[in-house]
Formats: sequence, structure tokens, C-alpha cells
Amino acid sequence: MTGYVHSFETFGTVDGPGVRFVVFLQGCPMRCLYCHNPDTWSGGGTPYTARAVLEKMTRNLAFYKTGGLTVSGGEPLLQIDFLIELFTLAKKKGIHTCLDTSGATFDGGNKELLHKFDNLLKVCDLVMLDIKHINERQHIKLTGHSGKNILDFAYYLNMKNVPMRVRHVIIPDYTYKTEYLRSLGKFLKNLSNIEKIEILPFHKLGEHKYESLGYDYKLAETPALDDEDAKNAYEIIKSAM
Amino acid sequence: MSTAWNGFVGGVWEKEINVRDFIQQNYTPYLGDSSFLCGPTDDTIALWNQIKELKKQEIENGGVLDMDTSVVSTITSHDAGYIDKDKEKIVGLQTEKPLKRPLHTYGGIRMSVKACRDHGYEIDPEVVNNFTEHRKTHNAGVFDAYTPEMRRCRSNHIITGLPDAYGRGRIIGDYRRVALYGVDRLIESKLEQKESTITVMYSDVIREREELSEQIRALGMLKELAAKYGCDISKPATTLKEATQALYFGYLAAVKEQNGAAMSLGRTSTFLDIYAERDIKNGVITEKEAQEIVDHFIMKLRMVCFARTPKYNSIFAGDPTWVTESLAGMGTDGRPLVTKMSFRYLNTLNNLGAAPEPNLTVLWSSQLPQNFKKYCSEMSIVHHAIQYENDDLMRPLHGDDYGIACCVSSMKIGKEMQFFGARANLAKCLLYAINGGIDELSGEQVGPKYSPVEGEYLDYDDVMTKYKAMMNWLAGVYVNALNIIHYMHDKYSYERLQMALHDKNVRRWFATGIAGFSVVADSLSAIKYARVKVVRDERGIVTDYIVEGDFPKYGNDDDRVDDIAKEVLHEFIKYLRQNHTYRDGIITTSILTITSNVSYGKNTGATPDGRKAGEAFAPGANPMHSRDENGAVASLASVAKIPFMDSQDGISNTFTIVPSALGKTEKERIDNLIALLDGYTGKGGFHLNVNVFDKELLLDAQKHPELYPQLTIRVSGYAVNFIKLTKEQQDEVISRTFHSRI
Repeated sequence: MTGYVHSFETFGTVDGPGVRFVVFLQGCPMRCLYCHNPDTWSGGGTPYTARAVLEKMTRNLAFYKTGGLTVSGGEPLLQIDFLIELFTLAKKKGIHTCLDTSGATFDGGNKELLHKFDNLLKVCDLVMLDIKHINERQHIKLTGHSGKNILDFAYYLNMKNVPMRVRHVIIPDYTYKTEYLRSLGKFLKNLSNIEKIEILPFHKLGEHKYESLGYDYKLAETPALDDEDAKNAYEIIKSAM
Repeated sequence: MSTAWNGFVGGVWEKEINVRDFIQQNYTPYLGDSSFLCGPTDDTIALWNQIKELKKQEIENGGVLDMDTSVVSTITSHDAGYIDKDKEKIVGLQTEKPLKRPLHTYGGIRMSVKACRDHGYEIDPEVVNNFTEHRKTHNAGVFDAYTPEMRRCRSNHIITGLPDAYGRGRIIGDYRRVALYGVDRLIESKLEQKESTITVMYSDVIREREELSEQIRALGMLKELAAKYGCDISKPATTLKEATQALYFGYLAAVKEQNGAAMSLGRTSTFLDIYAERDIKNGVITEKEAQEIVDHFIMKLRMVCFARTPKYNSIFAGDPTWVTESLAGMGTDGRPLVTKMSFRYLNTLNNLGAAPEPNLTVLWSSQLPQNFKKYCSEMSIVHHAIQYENDDLMRPLHGDDYGIACCVSSMKIGKEMQFFGARANLAKCLLYAINGGIDELSGEQVGPKYSPVEGEYLDYDDVMTKYKAMMNWLAGVYVNALNIIHYMHDKYSYERLQMALHDKNVRRWFATGIAGFSVVADSLSAIKYARVKVVRDERGIVTDYIVEGDFPKYGNDDDRVDDIAKEVLHEFIKYLRQNHTYRDGIITTSILTITSNVSYGKNTGATPDGRKAGEAFAPGANPMHSRDENGAVASLASVAKIPFMDSQDGISNTFTIVPSALGKTEKERIDNLIALLDGYTGKGGFHLNVNVFDKELLLDAQKHPELYPQLTIRVSGYAVNFIKLTKEQQDEVISRTFHSRI
């Protein structure tokens, strides 16, 4: 099975617990306005076998004793078969596995796909689910896609008892509104598998990538969020839970 | 004597000079956390404020506050000097005044004259005359013996930084002996050694007898030095304060007499902890007083200074003295050598603020107590003033009572010393191979006239064959130049006090060094995996290279290039070892550049990896700036592959990471740095300088130096005050890889 890789981060400290080997897979169906890795959107990428990817990590296993393997993207679920193979190999070696995803490809009505998700979750220790927006209309505005399947995926993970960390980017004018944050909190209240909620303040460090890729950066006028506001957003979500 | 040792567990150490045995019998490993530590006392704060003020004046004054121009420094040359006598718990200065730089002439009078003159001082003509007409110096001796080929290598910068005009340093006296045994007992032991030499007077026996006599004389002077401060160190120390003071007098005597490039302290903390434990148990002192003694001792170490020329600064930037202190490590019996004193030493960074000296070096083992690891990690993140070296690699070689001299040179305390030998520029050597021994900048025939490469494109096998032949030549000239240097240093500038604090039969490491390591690896990789076209100038000398295509770069955990790096090192050390060495020194090498990577780069033409002429090399064994593209682990993994046994004198790696890339919370950052250190040492990595800060901090410090008087950063095996670097050196530090990810 061949996977298409955008890049590796061999010392990942922000994508899951401990020190992690992070694989960024190429390709994403979402077009989030604030995305800081637009260079992972399109197809392409460097082909790797799952075994080869894992070997890159295991040769330096001494570094990852407190952490493990994280697959991020792009949207890693676009390459779910590769992902299953990679995580299965990793679990055989006792490595902690973490999936960093938007859940965008989840489809509860597709039996064949659901079967694959079941296989994946058997070898996945932690899912970091990036909930882009709790409001459906705003979700479409922000990402170009419906967010229903993402929320479905959150429920599904809860049902399957897969530990989950919820990530939510706080963007002035988009997600940074009490109303939205409160309804996100209410949604999360029903889930018992949440390990942690990570608030990510919007930053603009990826802006130059848009320019070099020839894409339009629609949030050029939106200011970055400061830490105080990020803390406040977290409090609002928590208060509704 | 019996009362001084009251409460200590006896052992072999009572019958022979054996500090290690004393430590093993008596120390108390500490597994707890840092919560017992105390802050500074009022006296400490007041004293440190005075020193800060003096250091500020020194900087405002252009780098020196005052220089001695008439009294040649010896152990007893100056009267007692104080900062604030009533407040100082530990006393002793190099001259009669704080930060007045001593005059050292035995290494070379020309260097002393220049060091003074460059700062606006003139040495007393009578002194100059004495050391020109009547008393020969080390420097004069070396130049009498150098061959023309050696001089050419020197002036063309293929071998540089040689200690031929200044003190070689890197010899650690076992200063603990002064405290434990008292000077009288040490003299007695040296007299016995002198008695026991054979009586057939071969030249080495004569030398030995003369050296022992000098050592005995120096020990006598050491007692006199202490007496000037009203202290009697002829007998064993009875308290922590006395022990620290006696140990410091031993060290002070060394820096009064020698201005070696690196004047390291050894491994003193766990030794002193035994006295602290005893005093605290007996109610002699409190924890606060113990910390105060340590703080005052460390303050003194921060004041050591030498007269240096601004040119010297291009090799050893930031006025370093390498008062290296080795902390922690594991005992061969499996007990950690971590004590409360290991914590107290690190705590001086909190109590006095960060500083480059003493060069705090943690001997890291995966087995160290978790609480100590946490404290180190925490202190590294806050102060970026600590370096780490792999105890699990060195312990099998040296046992558990070794220390680090300078940056990365390991040696058994009191049983081994080293002959420091700077470094050879292997990147330039590669260019010599390509150009048939002609220097690419001067056009001079420096190396042997081997056949240069022909044709437009470089062929890997052809270049490699030529390179090996050129390295073989270089190794020969280099080791022989060092033979001259160490012969003359022993003859004209013998370290009698430091050697008096050694056993009679010492092992001598013959340390060589390598610069341009990553440039060579990447250049050969480019030749092998891309296409490299040569550009010749009107003289027919290859002066530039055009790289067509991409190639694997050192620092990405890619065996294709990392194997080349290993092979080059292995070949070079093999050639070095084929040479005869002075006093049967055992050849080792290091991959360490100090800050000379900037000046080495400046003096080296363009290289086949695409590096332009004059561009800085990476420091030590670091990958070239920004060529490590797969994150910190891949970068560290490449360096960790270099075998220690091929580079036993140390493999230096300087690592800089932005705080946000180390983790989100303080706790995460502390844990992740521990994981990184455990991973690196677990993979066989030798040395790591850890810096945790953003590039913006350095840019701001460059603009507003007055706001950052104590900003300390790790460069290459040591730490510097960032603001003491030249603009060029600051720029190089800023251009290094900052591991980060958005």
C-alpha cells in the first residue's frame, strides 16, 4: 500500500502527548480559510510504503518513549487504507498511535467505508478531532463543506469509546462568538470520551504560503487572536459543558 | 588530621591519595526534587551587584577593566585582593584587584604585549626584555622548531588555532585533593614519588625529576597564597567552608600561573556535598549557609579573566575561560552521583542569574534520577546555560570520576591529562585534494604536489582517492606540529601546580580536532548524488562549483550521506594514529570548532556542497545551517551516528529550539526536553548544547545590548554572553537552524 506524504516532523511536541513522529499526508477535501498548510491541499506528495514510513520512526524509537506516532495532513482519512496499514504495523510494535483529523470523509451511511473506520479505530489510540465550526451555515462559509459528518464522527468515536481530543481554532469574527462557543460546549457535553479540549488561537504564520502557491488569502484582514481571548474562549466553552 | 576526618567512612583513601574512593565511601545520593533549595542571602545579593557593576564597567571600557603590565603572574606574585572583604565567604582573586587581568608571559611574550597594546596598555619594557633576551618562552621555542611546511599550513589556515602562542590549557588539577588531604600531605606524597624514580639518568628520568621538583615548589607556593588571605591549607579542611576555600585556592593558583585556553575545574560538587552533609548534620551550617558558600564560590569562578588579543576572540569568542564543572553522572556501582550539591550548583543560575561561567556540564545518563533530570530541563529552558554530555558513553572508558576539560574533552581527574591540539580544516583539505595541494585562496603550493582533478565534472571515486591521500599528508604535518608545541610547552611553560595535583604516572591524551565536518560530508554527497561542475580561474585553480540536482544532506538521518561523514572521520583518525607522538600521547580527535567556524569559513574558498567562499561553517558536528529539514530528531540522529571511539575527544552539537516547538505548557516542555536528551544519548549522541529561545530574542539583544547584560547562550561547547560576540558572530548564531514548526 502506498501513501502520499507531504512531510515529516521528527520532533513533534504539539500533535498529541509526548514527543511524536508526525507524518503529514498530502491532500485535503476541505478549504478552510485559515488553513496554515495550504500546500497540503492538492494531490501529489512523495510515495512511501507504510513499512518505510514506520521504519523512519522506529530507527529512532529512543526519542519517542513518552509519545508515539501521529498522522496528520492534509486530511489523513483520504488515505484511510494506508492509514490502517500504518497504524496496524505501529500497534504491532507497541507504538502509541494518534490520528489528527477533521473527520471530513466520515459517512455513517456508507457501510463499506464504515467497516474501514471500524478497522482503523481498532488500531488508533487517540483521535484529535478538529471541529471547525459548530454552526452548519458558518461551517460551510469557513471550510466550503458541511460539518454534519464531522459531528457524526464525534458521536461515532464516543460510541466506540475512542479517546478524543477536540481542537478548535478561535478566529475573530468567525468562531470567536459567545453564541457559537456556547453551543459547541453544549455539543461536547454529551460526549464522554473527551480527554482534552485544545483551543488554538488563530495565527497568520501560513500567509506567505498562500502567496507562493498563488492562492487568495481571504483572512488577510482578520487579526491574529491573542492569548487572553483564547483563554476566554476556552472558559466560555467549558461553562456550557 | 583525625578530627578533620571525623564522621567520614574510612577506606583506601586514608592510606593513599584517592579522592574517588573517599567520594564512594561517603557521598549521599539525592533522589528528591529541588524544593529544599534556598535563595540568595543579602550578602550574596550585595556582592553580586558589585560584580555586575564591575562587569558593566568592563564592557563600557571596551572589554577590560584593568591589566597588570609589570608583575608577571605566579602563584604568589600578588597580595590578597577582595571585592568586599566583609561579605565574601570565599576569598581569592588572580591579582590584587577584581577583574584586573594578570600578566602571563611564559606562553609567549609577543602575545602578552599585543594583548595589552590592543587594549591601550604597555608592558613594562624590563619585563619584555627579560622574556626576550633572558628567558625564552614557549612561543619562541615552537617557532625555532617549526618546519617551513608547518608554517605554510598555519598561514594558509589549513591548521589553525594551534596553542603555539598561548597556554594550551585543558589540564584539570584535582583541586579536591587540597581540601581532603591538605597541602603537607600532598608534598609528602610528591617527595616520595621523587625518591622513587630510577637513578639511571635517561632524559625522561631527568625531566621527571625536574618536573616533580617544580610540582613540590608549586605546592609550597600554594600554601603561601592561602596564607596571604589568612588561611592555613597545610592540613585537611574541617568544614564545607574550609573545603570549598581550599579547593578554590588550588584552582586559583592554577589560573594565576597559567592562562590556558581552557582552565577547567573538574568534578567537585559531589565531593563538596560530603562536607555539606556533615556540617548540616552537625548543626555547623544551615541549608541557606551552604548555598551561600556555593554562591560565593561560583561568583569567584565567574571572575576569572585573562589578557587576550581581539584576534584571539575570532577563535574563542566572548572572553571564555572554560571553568568547566562536570555534574551528576552515574557511579559504576549503579548509584547516581547526584547529590544536593549538584542541585545547589545549578541553583546558582537562579540566585545569581545566568552566566557563561562556570561552564556547567551535566553528565547525562538515562539512569539519572527523574527529579534531577526535571531540574536540569527546567533550568535549561529558563537559562540556556547548561550543556549535556553522555555519561553512558564515557563511563565505560573513564570510570566514574572523570571530568570535562574545556567543552567536550573527557579525562579521569588527577590521572589523565591532555595535550590540546586545536584543529585541522578538513574542508580545505578537500579543496587541496581537488587542486593538487594548491591553496584555493592564496594560490600557494601548501600541500604536496599531487595530481589535481581534471575535466569539468567531479567524479566521486577520483575525488575520494585524492582526498584520502591529502588527509594522510595533513595528519602527518599536523601531529608533528603538535609534537613540537607540547615539547616546548612542557619545557617553557610547564603546568607545575596542575600536575602536582595529578598522580605520578598520568595518561596523556593527544587531542587533535576537526573543522568543516558537515561541509565535507555534504560536499562529498553532492559529488556522489548530484553533479558538481568545477569553475577554474585564470590560474587554473578550481575556485567555485556549480551543483546540478539535489543530494542528501547531513542532518536528515539519511544514511547515504551520514555514512560518508563517518567514513571521512574514520579515515582521518586512522591517518592521525599512524604518527609518532610526544610522550606517548594517545591520539584522539574531536569535532568541535568553538566559535572558529566563522573564521574557518572566512578563510576557506567555495566548496562542492554549494557553500560560497567565505561563508561560515556549521559549528562542531552540527549540520549546515537550515539544511536539516526533517525536524530535530532527524538532525540529532545524524549527529548521533558518529562513533565515539573515532572521535573520543568529543562530538559537539549545538541545538536551538523555540519554546513553542518544545511543547505547549511548561510541564510539557520540561518532559519533552528530557525525552529528547534521553533519546539522543540513548542513540549514542555525545554532546548537546541546549538553547531554548526565539530568534526574535537574539535580534532584540543585538539591537539593545544594554537590556541584556546576562543573556547567556550556548554556542559550541561553551556558553557566552551574547552581547560579547562580534556582530559577525552574532549573525552566524542567528542564522543557525532554530527548530520550530508552525
